[in-house]
Amino acid sequence: MTAKNFDPARRSFLGSAAAATGIALAPGIFLYGVGATTQVAARGLDEAASSAVRWGMLIDLNRCDSGCNECVTACNKENGLQGHGRPETDAQWIRKVEVRDPGNGHSQSLPVMCQHCEDPPCVDVCPTGASFKRPDGIVLVDKHTCIGCRYCISACPYKARSFVHEALQDQKPHAPRGKGTVESCTMCVHRIDDDRQPACVEACGDTGGGAMLFGDLNDPDSEISKRVATYATQQIRADLGLKPGVRYRGL
Amino acid sequence: MSFRRYAIAMGAVTLASLVGLTAATGEVPYPDIPKGQGEACVEDTDFMRRNHMSLLMHQRDDTMRKGIRSEQHSLKECLDCHAVPGSDSIPVTVEDPQHFCRSCHDYAAVKIDCFQCHASRPEQEVVAEVREE
Repeated sequence: MTAKNFDPARRSFLGSAAAATGIALAPGIFLYGVGATTQVAARGLDEAASSAVRWGMLIDLNRCDSGCNECVTACNKENGLQGHGRPETDAQWIRKVEVRDPGNGHSQSLPVMCQHCEDPPCVDVCPTGASFKRPDGIVLVDKHTCIGCRYCISACPYKARSFVHEALQDQKPHAPRGKGTVESCTMCVHRIDDDRQPACVEACGDTGGGAMLFGDLNDPDSEISKRVATYATQQIRADLGLKPGVRYRGL
Repeated sequence: MSFRRYAIAMGAVTLASLVGLTAATGEVPYPDIPKGQGEACVEDTDFMRRNHMSLLMHQRDDTMRKGIRSEQHSLKECLDCHAVPGSDSIPVTVEDPQHFCRSCHDYAAVKIDCFQCHASRPEQEVVAEVREE
């Protein structure tokens, strides 16, 4: 088998077939399992993140105004991202992107951050295992083992990752960052572990258009799962088959 | 008799050198380790002196990889309790030799790289709020 023969569709088919069999064979047990895991959001401080949860975001672009930058501002404040007057290299965990259809001139604005892929290419290429996916689907960089090679930056099709070029001081205690390491959106993992929403989602609801929704995609009763099931939603570069946890509506 | 004299002389020399040694240990420079806030540390002081690095390493991987954020052995809690106020009563960073971690690590000549990424003092907005209260 060469790498050319890898077919993500086949893998996902086998995965979903296995899941479907699980439901068919033991519906009662499966449902109890899901019911129990919906409580994981309020897990204790000393409990590990569970793979029964799949954190995700749904961003309704009909509510996302092109002039609004609240999510970006909130992210920078929450994680202590300061510019050094060098936009080319300054860290950027979330950014607003304007897309325009040249055919009819229709333009849209969307926030783009780490898409927290189910099959993250950044994790595949990392030579030290620093880039990893938490059991609950959040893709992170373990800066203790990151050597700053930046393969993951090249591998990410969403340009979601940044490299820290400057020595830093007085970082946020919940968001350690340092020179020579790669970083990206953590989905505010410190807030999620504290049973709170990511800073961008909170700011979007408070002072923005209320376009962002955060929740557990594995829990059929969560608001995000209901909306994903009800409305047509899109993933950026869905053709790559990375199955991002961030979804868009009206793209 | 000569042997007895010799033995006494040797005993005296040994005693003198022991006394001298004891006096000398008092003069060995010992780091001025700032005292932490609160009643007691999360573990015994002796235990912490020998094992704090293992506790921090263990907690580091648990928090990073699994999202376990128990506060008992977290670096953040260490720094909150062991913050050393500077001359302006704002906690000093690791740049200052008075910093809790640095005071001992300088003495032991052990280089730590925690603070290349981690904040070396409590979050300043929080400190400001506490001071206003």
